[in-house]
Amino acid sequence: MKKTILTTVILIAALFSVQAQRIKGSDTMLPLSQKAAEEYMKINPSYTVTVTGGGSGVGIAALLEGTTELAQLSRKIKFDEKNKLKGKGKTVKEVIAAYDALAIIVHPSNKVTNLSREQLEGIFTGKIKNWKEVGGVDMPIVSYSRETSSGTYEFFKESVLKKKNYMNGIMSMPATGAIIQSISQTKGAIGYVGLAYLNKDVKAIHVSYDGGKTYVEPTVANAKNETYPIVRPLYYYYDTTTESKVKPFIDFVLSDKGQEIVSEIGFVSVN
Amino acid sequence: MTARKVEFIFNARRKTKRENNMKDKKNFQLSILNFQCRKIIERMAKVMLTFSGSITSLAILLIIIFLFKEGLGLFHSPSVEKGYVLCVQTSNPIETLTPEQIKKIFDEEITSWNKLGGRNEAIKVFRFDDIFSMYPEEEFGQEYELLPDKLGEVISQNPNIIAYIPEQYLPKENASVKILVSGNIRMTDFFKGKEWLPTATPSPLFGVLPLITGTLWVSFFAILIALPLGLGVAIYLSELAGTRMRKLLKPTIELLAGIPSVVYGFFGLVVLVPLIQKTLHLPVGETAFAGSLILAIMALPTIITIAEDAMRGTPKAMRESSLALGATHWQTVYRVIVPYASSGIMAAVVLGIGRAIGETMAVLMVTGNAAVIPHSLFQPVRTIPATIAAELGEAPAGGAHYQSLFLLGCILFVITMLISVSAEFISKRQHNKGV
Repeated sequence: MKKTILTTVILIAALFSVQAQRIKGSDTMLPLSQKAAEEYMKINPSYTVTVTGGGSGVGIAALLEGTTELAQLSRKIKFDEKNKLKGKGKTVKEVIAAYDALAIIVHPSNKVTNLSREQLEGIFTGKIKNWKEVGGVDMPIVSYSRETSSGTYEFFKESVLKKKNYMNGIMSMPATGAIIQSISQTKGAIGYVGLAYLNKDVKAIHVSYDGGKTYVEPTVANAKNETYPIVRPLYYYYDTTTESKVKPFIDFVLSDKGQEIVSEIGFVSVN
Repeated sequence: MTARKVEFIFNARRKTKRENNMKDKKNFQLSILNFQCRKIIERMAKVMLTFSGSITSLAILLIIIFLFKEGLGLFHSPSVEKGYVLCVQTSNPIETLTPEQIKKIFDEEITSWNKLGGRNEAIKVFRFDDIFSMYPEEEFGQEYELLPDKLGEVISQNPNIIAYIPEQYLPKENASVKILVSGNIRMTDFFKGKEWLPTATPSPLFGVLPLITGTLWVSFFAILIALPLGLGVAIYLSELAGTRMRKLLKPTIELLAGIPSVVYGFFGLVVLVPLIQKTLHLPVGETAFAGSLILAIMALPTIITIAEDAMRGTPKAMRESSLALGATHWQTVYRVIVPYASSGIMAAVVLGIGRAIGETMAVLMVTGNAAVIPHSLFQPVRTIPATIAAELGEAPAGGAHYQSLFLLGCILFVITMLISVSAEFISKRQHNKGV
């Protein structure tokens, strides 16, 4: 009796391990991949998909070591990461799964609604220190950032700060939830989060990338019609040799059903 | 008849005596066997204990060696990111730049070469990625073999350029390209630097001073808050409280020690931080003070339990003789019991400080993690453990950032070691003097 149970367990495990695939990387994409994996496993019960976070860099490192089949990145693969993979004889393929817009948020009581990219750069590099310099009340600006390990941190630096460094001594929070929490309870606060995380505890800023001519509100619709400027693609990367193994899952994410999940979570769908 | 009887009795006696003798002998042999058996077991136990002891010490030693080996590797890392070089035109008189100057150039804080001792011309910053927006992708060739030529072209066209490019694509044949000498990361930059920007490109800044001062700052005030409170509660529990009160209070306090630190952190972020901000009218609530308060709460159970145990360990004779000499209850407490228990109290303080300095999660959540040297209690700080926890996940293994985090671990280790050694020293001296 015991033996039969044991053998069936082993058999089932073996069966699953054949069709198991791992996804690793960006925390931003975690809700998307998890939801997609759940739905995917409902349709194909013989597959198991394990999703883990850790950060975009962790995903690429895992792909390099071969401990994951699919790496999820909230930024484009870096040139030297690509080179490293090439050095190990791996060529990676890139798939854009969704788009994510970054929203600039402030405390709900803040009167400032519009900010240009130049003003944002000034705030986050420490050149603008008081809200009255950007049309608000006389109150010191407290800027919040994510930790250096986050892909969001890198993307914001690239897009808004034009690769300049954040100011020395910026408040850095370990998670998006912590940023929302802190900003909702700090009057002079400003920070950035993914569009999906916006809620009524914080106020989203309208952003202009054309020197203050047009200010655009961060909404899914504006991100979709490309009027909102701070939008980044979310990627899946995989080794071309394992393509047959991961292709069904990627096809599922890009299908109508998968893109429905994308919108549900608050990202912008690809098509 | 009688003679026979006598003989019989005599024989019987002799017989029992001989039997007894034999029994004794047997018993004796058995006991020797038993003794030897026990000896072997004892010896085995001794060997095993020695073995486990030495394994533990060896493991600790290996961990320390590993820590220092990884950490000290930082000073063999180039100050410009590994695999990359900074280039200028040969006509540029600048030969070398410090990491700080490099950061300022790329942040466009220094915009003219004359500030660095060069010509009075504006600096043109060029990053490697810029090349891809200047030329179409096809012009670089299949394996990017034409990339160095293109980079060389860009550099020779702009006399005031500073280019940050991978060593692999360095245009070696181009005579107008000069590499800036950058050298390795220096110890003075690490220990005296005031800026912690470990992911800045091209030249990361590892100034550890804000982190060390931040850690000490938060822990110092935590102990300053926790010590009087903890000692007070310990004295109350051991000397003044009734049995029922103590039976109620002590488990409650010990329960505090069992709460996970992330729960403390969350409590701090959601309750303590807004409270501090509102009552003190601060621009931010995430301050060193919030961290100190949370750490004090976390260190309290340790301090109270150990100090209370030490005070209750004071012999009854000491108490009674003090009372018999006419001392009041209060005099007995602070003249006899506290001095007698001083080494235990010292141990409580050291463990409390250890908990405060090494605490990661709670501090990470409430102190704001801004890497600046603290000037007041009401501004954000960044501690060493929080830095390691927040950054190690993404730091590429073996890189300069990774090594710098290990070196931070070494610093933390040295700090805690110094504290425990000095505590040992103090408690020994007090013990000799006091009792």
